[in-house]
Amino acid sequence: MYEFKYHRPATVRQAANLLVKNEDAKLIAGGHTLVPVMKQRLASPPHLVDLSHIEGLNGIEMKGRSLVIGATATHAEVANSPIVGEAIPALADLASQIGDPAVRHRGTIGGSLANNDPTADYPAAVLALGATIVTNKRRLKAEEYFQGLFSTALEPDEIITKVMFPLPKKAAYVKFRNQASRYALVGVFVAKRPSDVRVAVTGAGSNGVFRVTAFEEALKKRFSHKVLDGLVVSADGLNNDLHGSAEYRAHLIAVVARRAVEAATAKG
Amino acid sequence: MAKISIIVNGNPVNANVDPRTLLVQFLRENLRLTGTHVGCDTSQCGACVVHLDGKAVKSCTTLAVMADGHEVKTIEGLAADGAPLHPMQEAFREHHGLQCGFCTPGMIMTAIDIVHRKGHELSDHVIREELEGNLCRCTGYQNIVLSIAAGAKAMAKSDLA
Repeated sequence: MYEFKYHRPATVRQAANLLVKNEDAKLIAGGHTLVPVMKQRLASPPHLVDLSHIEGLNGIEMKGRSLVIGATATHAEVANSPIVGEAIPALADLASQIGDPAVRHRGTIGGSLANNDPTADYPAAVLALGATIVTNKRRLKAEEYFQGLFSTALEPDEIITKVMFPLPKKAAYVKFRNQASRYALVGVFVAKRPSDVRVAVTGAGSNGVFRVTAFEEALKKRFSHKVLDGLVVSADGLNNDLHGSAEYRAHLIAVVARRAVEAATAKG
Repeated sequence: MAKISIIVNGNPVNANVDPRTLLVQFLRENLRLTGTHVGCDTSQCGACVVHLDGKAVKSCTTLAVMADGHEVKTIEGLAADGAPLHPMQEAFREHHGLQCGFCTPGMIMTAIDIVHRKGHELSDHVIREELEGNLCRCTGYQNIVLSIAAGAKAMAKSDLA
């Protein structure tokens, strides 16, 4: 790992100022994505700004009809939170499937979303549930937030502070793991919301997380896995690599989406 | 350089470290606590698992500066020199849970974390799921699972957590 200067701000404002002052500075929270890429020298930020000592960034609470999760809440905290378990059990279930127990003790929801890895789990939930990403500057809707591979609407000095999830009527996340890396080869988050149905896919798209509108239309008419029978996904724009062909992933999306709808309806 | 103060195995440690020092490097190279191993160096194998404020973490993916002000427990912290082994260590010995032994410290630190989170009655299924982040290159999982189930029960009767 190359040398860097380490900063430990006490507030979000201080952290943002450090980002303004130091070009190419990177934020670090749990470090479970950033540290590995720095070790491989794929990234060499000259400044690291540590968010883990900022108070109040990791809270989980209900605010009206929204579940609000602080940016530095770890995957383990989300997975085990009784508040999340009550409000959106599918989200707790998703968090419990990220990495392994030791990784879940360090990795954070804000870090995962800021990185926007195309095989990460959280983006599927954020897009399917229609969550709002709250930053030190503004509120971003999920649809405008994700902008492709490892790319988001965040500006260089913008810091995610929390994520607000409106409560769905029904939801489920089903992940088909890569047997070696345990990342999602295909992960589908299905959410039946008061006004619509959303189906978001992670792991498969060469441009990151995306929605399957044909499935959404069918499910909006009747929320049952049966309505997906015969519907297929095009292999265009899907990842085609040593882990699986685009055609295989297209097939998996249909299978995994059906399982997700089944899981969502089984939960009542 | 960055000044850090960490409680390691109950003892306060103050040091000046280069911020890029990984926690595992700090433990092994600065403190000579070489029970914590580096297996894969990519956060997958779990040979480097230690407890940070009581929770299992991968010390090869944690910067030493990020442990500043926190408590770290390593395999060396489970039983003092000459003292009886921790019940989980004893269970690994009793049930042949180690083969070459390289992964064992990480396995044991993970096993104790599992007990803290999931209690003393652990099914094989739970143990296997929870061991996802620890790889045994001898592929000796059968006896590791037996050891953890027995160690979890033994911990219930022991003062050592």
